[in-house]
Amino acid sequence: MRLILVVLALSVLPQSGFAAEVGFPLFEMTPDLEDQGSLQRGAKIYMNYCLGCHSLQYQRYKRTAEDLGVPESLMLEHLVFDPNTKIGDPIKNTISKDNAKAWFGAVPPDLTLYTQLKGGPEYLYTYLLTFYEDSQRPLGANNLVYENVGMPHALLELQGVQKKVCKQIPKLAANGGEMMDPLSQNYITEEVCGLELIERGYSPLELVENSGQLTAEGYEQVVYDLTNFLYYVGDPSRLERERTGVFVLIFLAFFFVPAYLLAREYKKEFH
Amino acid sequence: MSAIEQSFKNVMAWIDDRLPVTEAYEKHLSKYYAPKNLNIWYYFGIFSFLVLANQLLTGIWLTMSYVPTGEEAFASVEYIMRDVEYGWMLRYMHSTGASAFFVVVYLHMFRGLLYGSYQKPRELIWILGMLIYIALMAEGFFGYLLPWGNMSFWGAQVIVSLASAIPLVGEDLAIWVRGDFNMSGVTLNRFFALHVVLVPLFLLVLVVLHVLALHEVGSNNPDGVDIKKTTDDTGKPLDGMPFHPYFTIGKLPGIIIFLFLFCAVMFFYPDGGGYLIEHPNYEPADPLKTPELIAPVWYYTPFYSMLRAATFPLFGLDAKFWGLVVMAGAIILPIVLPWLDKSPVKSIRYKGMGSKVMLGLFVIAFFYSRLSRHGASHTAAHLDGSDLYRHLLCLFFVDALVYSRGENQASSR
Amino acid sequence: MSESSVNSGRRNFLLGATAVVGAGGVAGLAVPFVGSWSPSARALAAGAPIKVDISRLEPGEILGPIPAWRDKPVFVFRRSETMLAQLDERPERLADPASERQQQPSYAKNSTRSIRPDIAVLIGLCTHLSCSPKYRPAIEPQEFDPEWAGGFYCPCHGSKFDLAGRVYQGVPAPSNLEVPPHYYESDNVVVIGEDEGVA
Repeated sequence: MRLILVVLALSVLPQSGFAAEVGFPLFEMTPDLEDQGSLQRGAKIYMNYCLGCHSLQYQRYKRTAEDLGVPESLMLEHLVFDPNTKIGDPIKNTISKDNAKAWFGAVPPDLTLYTQLKGGPEYLYTYLLTFYEDSQRPLGANNLVYENVGMPHALLELQGVQKKVCKQIPKLAANGGEMMDPLSQNYITEEVCGLELIERGYSPLELVENSGQLTAEGYEQVVYDLTNFLYYVGDPSRLERERTGVFVLIFLAFFFVPAYLLAREYKKEFH
Repeated sequence: MSAIEQSFKNVMAWIDDRLPVTEAYEKHLSKYYAPKNLNIWYYFGIFSFLVLANQLLTGIWLTMSYVPTGEEAFASVEYIMRDVEYGWMLRYMHSTGASAFFVVVYLHMFRGLLYGSYQKPRELIWILGMLIYIALMAEGFFGYLLPWGNMSFWGAQVIVSLASAIPLVGEDLAIWVRGDFNMSGVTLNRFFALHVVLVPLFLLVLVVLHVLALHEVGSNNPDGVDIKKTTDDTGKPLDGMPFHPYFTIGKLPGIIIFLFLFCAVMFFYPDGGGYLIEHPNYEPADPLKTPELIAPVWYYTPFYSMLRAATFPLFGLDAKFWGLVVMAGAIILPIVLPWLDKSPVKSIRYKGMGSKVMLGLFVIAFFYSRLSRHGASHTAAHLDGSDLYRHLLCLFFVDALVYSRGENQASSR
Repeated sequence: MSESSVNSGRRNFLLGATAVVGAGGVAGLAVPFVGSWSPSARALAAGAPIKVDISRLEPGEILGPIPAWRDKPVFVFRRSETMLAQLDERPERLADPASERQQQPSYAKNSTRSIRPDIAVLIGLCTHLSCSPKYRPAIEPQEFDPEWAGGFYCPCHGSKFDLAGRVYQGVPAPSNLEVPPHYYESDNVVVIGEDEGVA
C-alpha cells in the first residue's frame, strides 16, 4: 500500500513541460449566467453591433428569449431586425461570405461556440478591450490579443480611440525594486514601449479622453455584458445542467445510505 | 408454498425444459463462488460493464439525432446539444463515458498486473481482455471523428496517415482506409458504421467470452491463492461466497460512489478543462486550418509517445515506420505477458522487491508519457526525458520475464 | 461461516428501501431517454403556426399558392353570398351535417365550420387516404355529380365534400375535412396552427 502511494506521488511529480500560451496576458472575467440583466444588455449589443457580420447559427431566438427572461413579442420587436424572421428561427445573418472575405481578408466566423473554442470567456473579453489605432492596417485598427486582425473595431464609437504609447515607468534596480530618488521621493523613470511594458505590468494602450460615447468603466461593462452573453450562447443548458447535477448528486448520496446498510447486512454473514 | 410461488415454479420449469435459464442463473450467479477477500481493485470490472451499458444506451439514442455526413455532422451535434430535449445530457453522458471507460479499463488491467490474474489458468481471460482493449481503442478512435470538429479531423488525419508509413503498400492502404484522397465525409460515414455497429458487436461478443472464460476458472484474488483448493464437504469453497446476492448487493455502495464521481464530472466539468472535449473541436473540421497542437485524446497519449519515440531512420525505413513498430509492439507485448511472467507467485504482495520496483516504474512511465503530451512536442530536452520513460515501459515487460525467472530460482532454494 | 444471525425483518426492510430508492433512480435515468423523443426545438419551429393574409381574397377565390402548416396543405377561401346561402339546402346528402365527429375545434362546430362565415380554413387532405381534393366552387352539375352544389372533389377515389368541407354520403371518405386550430389576429390576418390566447 505504501509503495502504491510512493509510486503515485512519483508519477505526478515530473510534470513539467506544459506549453504556456505565449501572447498577451488575458484579463480575468467571471461570467454570471444568473444575471439576466447583463445577458439582456449583451444580447442587445450583439444584435446591434455584431450580428451584421457574425452569425449565431446554432442558437435560436426563442430559446434566447426564454433563457434571458424576455417576452417573445419584445424580442421580435427590439432585437430581431428582419420582419421575415420567426421566433423559432436560428440567429443567422445575410452577409455574403465572398464579399466579407474581400473586405476583411477572412470570413467573419460564427460565434456560437467561440468562448468555448478559446477555452473560456477571457480571450474575447481581453480582445474587445485591446483594440488600438493603427494607420498601417487597412481598416485602421489593430489588436493586442490578435495581432493584425482583419476585424475593424466594431465598438469604436462606444469605447473611443486607444493609442499604443510608450510610457515613463519606474526603473527597476538589480534587486527588482523600483528605484526612487531618496531626496524628492519621486520614482526614477525610463521610457518603455510595447512588449516590455506588458512584461512590467503596464498597459501599452492609452485611451483618448472623450473620444467615445462611454467612459472607460461604462465600456468595460458593455464588454463584460457582451462576453457574458456569448458565454451563455456557447452552452445555453449550462445552468440547467448544473442544477440537475446538484439534484442528482444529492439523490446518489441519499441512495448510498440504504445501499450501504443493506450491503453490510449481507457482509455480516461471512465475516 | 403459496400459489404465486407454485405458478412461478411451473413457469420456470416450462422455460427450463426449453432453455436452461435456471441452470445459467445458478452457474453464473447464485452458485458461482467468488473470493471473500476481493478488494477495491476488483470493482473496475463491474464499472467497465456499467460504462459499456451507458455507452451503448446513450450511443443508440445519439444516433437518433446525429447525421453522419461531412456537411451536417457538426451542426447535428449542436442540434443535439440545444434543440433535442435532454440532448445535452445524452451527449455528455456519452463523452464522459468514453473517458470513464478508459479510466476504469486501465485500472481493471492494472489489477491484473498487480495480482497476476493473467497467470495460468487465466491466460485466455487475459488475451480476450487485451482484444477487448484493442477493440476499445478502435471504438474510441472511430467515435472521436464523428463530431467532425477540427481536432476530430486532424487527429484522425494524423493517425490514418500512419498507415502510409508501411513500406510498399502504405500510401494505397491509407487511401483505402479513408475511401478518399484526404479525410472526408466518406471516411466519416464509414467510421460511423464501424463505431455504431461493427466494433460494438465485436466488443459484446468479446465481453461475453471474457466473462464466460472467467466463470470457467473462477476469479483470482489479492493473495493469488486459489479458493477452490479449500472446500467444505459439499464442494463449496470455504473462502468464497455466491456472487448473487453477496456481490450483486455487496458491491452496490461502491457502484453508487462511482456513479457519484461520474455524475460530478458529467454535470459540472464535462469538457474536463479541454481534456475530455478538446478546445479545437468547438469549430468544424477545416482541412486548411491545422490546430496549434495536434495531440490525441488523453487515453491514447502513452501510445502516441511511443509512436514518436523512434526519431531516426533504420535499415532504409523511415523513423515514422519504426515508431509504428514500437507502438504496435507496446500494444501486442502485454498480450504475451502470461508467458513472460515465470514467477511461481501470482500476487505482487508476495513477489520480490524487483517486481515491485519494475511495476512502479511502469506506472510512472505510463503517467509521464501521458501527461507530457504538451512538452514532448516542443523541446528536444523533454524528448530525452520521456524517451527514457518510454523505454522503461518496454523494459517492464522484458524484466518480468527475466526477473521473475530469478524469483523462481530463489524460491526453490 | 458465522452462525446464522440473519435478522430477516431488517434485511427485508433494507432490501425494500434500497429497491424503492433504486427504482426512483431508474425512473430519473429514464427521463432523458424518453424526453429526448419529444419534438425538438427544430420540429417545434417548423411546426409553428403560420400567418395568412386574406385581404386580397375575392369571393369564391381560394388562396394560392396553397400554404402549408406542419407539412399539410391548408385551404383558405372566401365564400360568396350564394355559396353561403345554399350550404344548408340538402343536409340529407351529407354524412355528418352537424359535424358531430370531432374533426374541428369547438369554435368551428357550426354550419359554416368556421369562426367567420365567409372565410373557410380547412386542412386540404382527403379523410380517406390523404390525397389532396380539388376545389370545385362552381354550383353547377359536374360529371361526378349532377346535383353538385360546390365544394371539393377528390380525384383518387371520388370522395366529395361541400363548401364547408363536410363529407357527402356514399363516398369512401369517412369524415369531414379537418379544421385546424386558428384565430384572427386582425381583419386581414388569420393565424393557422394555434387557438387564440395560446401564445
